[in-house]
Amino acid sequence: MILVWPIVIPMLTAALLLLLPNRFAAQRAVALVSSVVLLGAGLLLLARVLGEGPIAAQLGGWAAPFGITLVADILSAAMVVITGIIAVAVSIYAYGELEGADEANGHHALTQALLTGVCGAFLTGDIFNLYVWFEVMLIASFGLLVVGGGRAQIDGAVKYVGLNLIATLAFLSGIGLLYGTTGTLNMADLAGKLDGRQEEMAVLISAALLLFAFGAKAGMFPAFFWLPASYHTPSITSAALFSALLTKVGVYALIRTFTLVYDVDVPAVQTVLIWGAVLTMVVGVLGAAAQSSVRRILSWHIISQIGYMILGLAIYTPLALVGAIFYLFHHIVVKANLFLIAGVIKRLTGSEDLYKIGGLWKAKPWLGVLFLIPALSLAGIPPLSGFWAKLLVIQASLEAEGWLLAFFALAVGLLTVFSMSKIWLEAFWKPHPDGDDAVNGHVPWSMYLPIIALAAITIFIGLFAGMFVDAAITSADQILNPDAYINAVLGGS
Amino acid sequence: MNSLIYTTATRIIVPVTLVLAVIVLLRGHNDPGGGFIGGLLAALAVAILEKARGVDAARAWLRVEPLTIAGAGLVAAIAAGLWGALEHGMFLTGVWPFYGPNAAGVNEGVPAGSILLFDLGVFLVVVGGVSGILFTLEEAGVPAEQPDDEEDS
Repeated sequence: MILVWPIVIPMLTAALLLLLPNRFAAQRAVALVSSVVLLGAGLLLLARVLGEGPIAAQLGGWAAPFGITLVADILSAAMVVITGIIAVAVSIYAYGELEGADEANGHHALTQALLTGVCGAFLTGDIFNLYVWFEVMLIASFGLLVVGGGRAQIDGAVKYVGLNLIATLAFLSGIGLLYGTTGTLNMADLAGKLDGRQEEMAVLISAALLLFAFGAKAGMFPAFFWLPASYHTPSITSAALFSALLTKVGVYALIRTFTLVYDVDVPAVQTVLIWGAVLTMVVGVLGAAAQSSVRRILSWHIISQIGYMILGLAIYTPLALVGAIFYLFHHIVVKANLFLIAGVIKRLTGSEDLYKIGGLWKAKPWLGVLFLIPALSLAGIPPLSGFWAKLLVIQASLEAEGWLLAFFALAVGLLTVFSMSKIWLEAFWKPHPDGDDAVNGHVPWSMYLPIIALAAITIFIGLFAGMFVDAAITSADQILNPDAYINAVLGGS
Repeated sequence: MNSLIYTTATRIIVPVTLVLAVIVLLRGHNDPGGGFIGGLLAALAVAILEKARGVDAARAWLRVEPLTIAGAGLVAAIAAGLWGALEHGMFLTGVWPFYGPNAAGVNEGVPAGSILLFDLGVFLVVVGGVSGILFTLEEAGVPAEQPDDEEDS
């Protein structure tokens, strides 16, 4: 049952929230309590998995590979924990930020539905159910994009849904091919069935379709453009949730399928992944350099950072995988925090456009400090978490003698510093164009609290990186030697 | 809609469709049918009623907010799953409290249990969801033309 709770808790909460229409105070409280409970359930699951190794559950008692399988290894369980952390952070932030329309149109219920889909995607052991959870996520995130009800929101949502539906279709086609070839969709079962058949045409085509689908969800080159088209439109609370979780579910799905089901070291697959990753890094960071609105810059940086994670997967050495996993966790915390700070900047100065704002350093110097923690971490300045993440990926590419890859990773890091210093110079350092009195918006404590907490987590990961790297090493080991995972699913019951 | 024939016909069509919806729901236990398709039929009845008498009348006839119906359905479906977990230790396991082998080893009784509860939940989610979408679209009506509406793409 411990595997079921992270899915049931947000699902049940979404249902309860539907029964409380227009009672916003109650909705906020229920959503916050449920997020805390979700975090607790995730921690229990992680403790169990760290102690016992991968665990699996067969819903309804139908044995794998026929039934609905839930399975957790360290990666899945840790992803559920970090989902819980982000859920708590945005639930608190919602107290300060949300206004009428969002809540009246069901922001809280949709957020819980999104969390259901995210946790489901992390815990499922079946590739078709992975598709179902992606759909739950897609519908919920579509809802969250439009609850604001403005023209910009609808515009962003249409672009978002357009490309994501194409990706979903590719996903489904890939699943169909895979099922036609092997007769099973259980990922642990597929691992055995595809042994020695990795270079068959049908398998390669299904791998390509799934790579496109997950790549599009993750914001990988060339299917990333839904992301900068939509992430600056919804409420900050939703944008932070999206930036933390949606693309990362795509990366998680890539890591899961391309280690368990497909082999990365098939030359065709590896080449596509490596150069896809490099182009994602470079295009993302260049796209960010051309932007002048805080959230647009941050959106493009998500793409660039996704490139590092996929590069870690593509190099496919144990160290590279450790780097990818560490990167995944560090980035979720940092990026969510930067979006939350963008919300505070918008509140204080009245705009997100860097050319219309300024004077924050003079008015709120400690907000500057709070901004610098995730911003420098994103750029990879020691001793913050991003430094270790980048170090691992670059070290892995050097060990694999990918000199060019290491060069690109370093160069993109440098350009990230450029973008972050642009936000710093324009929003914080220069005076406000309307005079320094223009920095007068009111920001409640509920908006600062999650920012401080996430910044503390970033520092903690940076200072105690050894602990997290050790966990990532164990997790990468489980992923590269999936026997325990496969036994948990197929053996026993 | 202002058609006397249509409005009068709905008096027969709506109850018949609703009965059919319940039959399809129950039949789905072992045969084609079930909560989803039954829910669609019930939503069809709501749609027919709404077209004949308007959104306000349809809302009044439902008595409960459509999304509340959907929420109750979701709760029922999850409760069915948890019931299986309490009884057999695993989420979504089927429970049949009134059905099982008798002294002679032949199954007998009423096969109603957690699976029917789950299907009922699906039924309510579909009725609530579809009616909610329908009412919202009807109330939004045709959007007013915006004066400076730029015709891009």
